[in-house]
Amino acid sequence: MSISATVISVSLISTALAVLVVLADRIFNNYGECEIDINNGTRKFKVDGGSTLLATLASQQIFIPSACGGKATCGLCKVRMAGDAGVVLPTEEPYLTEDEKANGVRLACQLKVKQDMQLHIPEELFSVKEYKARVEKITQLTHDIKEFRFTLLGPKQIEFRAGQYMQIETRPYDNVREIVTRAYSMASLPSDNQAIELIVRLVPGGICTTFMHDHVKEGDTLILRGPFGDFYLHEGADELLFIAGGSGLAPVKSIIFDVLEKGLDKKMTLFFGAVTKKDLYYVDLFQQLADKHENFNYVPALSGPEPEDNWQGETGLITEVMKRHVADPHNKQAYLCGSPGMINACVKVLEGIGLREDSIFYDKF
Amino acid sequence: MGESPAISPFVILLASIFTSNMVLANFLGMCSFISVSSEFKTASGLGKAVTLVMVFTTMINWLVYRFIVLPLGLEYLRYIIFIMVIAATVQIIEMAMDRYLPELHMKLGIFLPLITVNCSILGISLFMVIRNYNLLQSLFFGIGSGLGWWLAISALAAIREKMAKSRLPKGLDGPAITFITTGIMALAFVGFSGIFVIQ
Repeated sequence: MSISATVISVSLISTALAVLVVLADRIFNNYGECEIDINNGTRKFKVDGGSTLLATLASQQIFIPSACGGKATCGLCKVRMAGDAGVVLPTEEPYLTEDEKANGVRLACQLKVKQDMQLHIPEELFSVKEYKARVEKITQLTHDIKEFRFTLLGPKQIEFRAGQYMQIETRPYDNVREIVTRAYSMASLPSDNQAIELIVRLVPGGICTTFMHDHVKEGDTLILRGPFGDFYLHEGADELLFIAGGSGLAPVKSIIFDVLEKGLDKKMTLFFGAVTKKDLYYVDLFQQLADKHENFNYVPALSGPEPEDNWQGETGLITEVMKRHVADPHNKQAYLCGSPGMINACVKVLEGIGLREDSIFYDKF
Repeated sequence: MGESPAISPFVILLASIFTSNMVLANFLGMCSFISVSSEFKTASGLGKAVTLVMVFTTMINWLVYRFIVLPLGLEYLRYIIFIMVIAATVQIIEMAMDRYLPELHMKLGIFLPLITVNCSILGISLFMVIRNYNLLQSLFFGIGSGLGWWLAISALAAIREKMAKSRLPKGLDGPAITFITTGIMALAFVGFSGIFVIQ
């Protein structure tokens, strides 16, 4: 039999099967109109059932943080269900603690909307939106850190608190076929509300950082979601200590500039830890800021300066440098952003100095 | 389609469970048989899901073969047609189950997508047309093969659960000892041979 007859038969049969599957989807997956009630009536809307809660909420412009795109591999999209939402699925088991299960916490990407649902999500997620953004400028800050400045194409403005983060959605590249979302803190100011600046350090083998460093060019358009996170300025102290490492400078920069711009009466010190001089960035920016503002101090520190660095500043681990500068815990808050190792060590030292747990804020990555 | 063999459907049922077991006599569906057999509960769940899908797909594939493939002379395409029908059937079963039998879907749901690529499912559809079974014989063949697969994977999982606590020579742990165990189980099933014969 000729090849064309074969091709036609196979195509016809597969089309028929596809039609059947679509029909079945229409019939079986039709759960009618369901009402979703968020935070006891704060937001109420009717949707067509049948999709996952994560996708349903996204269709209503409510974005629950999720890094895996709904495959139950990141465990981030937790929501608390108020009413009965059925039994916990085997795919959710590994990500929920006993406490969470008892409190009705579920993974939004696994839970299907089949009936009216009542749930609770943090208020701040209501302001999370999906943005289309064009890469305006890429600046190489150090050998492995780049700054990306985006112009927002739609929506054209963003409202956020200094210190919060956005999620970037990658596109498939090279051998990486999956799409991932990763979080990066905003380095830009809330007043600069038509643009976003993110700082990305290249992690060897990292899906998103490799994408950002090697595949994103100026002029590209990306999808960003946010703002997320509770790492922002909190009330309660007049003296602020900022401790950052690597790309952790992003949210800290945003907070410091925000405080100065708003003219808040705060005394601020920024400790930035790096290994050698080539790992430092924004040095001139912060130096000038320190020269201009009496209430801002800048302390860059190198843990292992090379002889050719001719380093005159502070040396040693950031924890030791901090110990030398901070003695009195009174009226102080600390904001930490960097690797978990650095943060854990710093929290220990700060608590040793006498800072209370509730005046230490951090963003681990 | 030629003349169907004169075998009682009941004999086909028993034979496909014991003497012509899908896994232990034909060695089909080995990938999930080896990889999803470390826990009895999960293995048994997969076994049930396989049985369910086998019954549905043999029936649908039989009808498709008899009323579409044969009249159109597409026998040479039966592999690809069976695979497509199986994939679509599994999808539709999953949707219907999620809707009408949520409890069952909770237990078997995660196995269903796995089963699409289980070669024993394709295997019985092909055996059924090669052996010229009629609709009733195919139904019992599907039920029997499913039960046989369920029995085999449950037995293996039970053995592996016991074995998990025993000290194995280095290097044998994992798939190696599982293959050896499967072989011994197959030998044991040879003991049934001759009681029922289907070919």
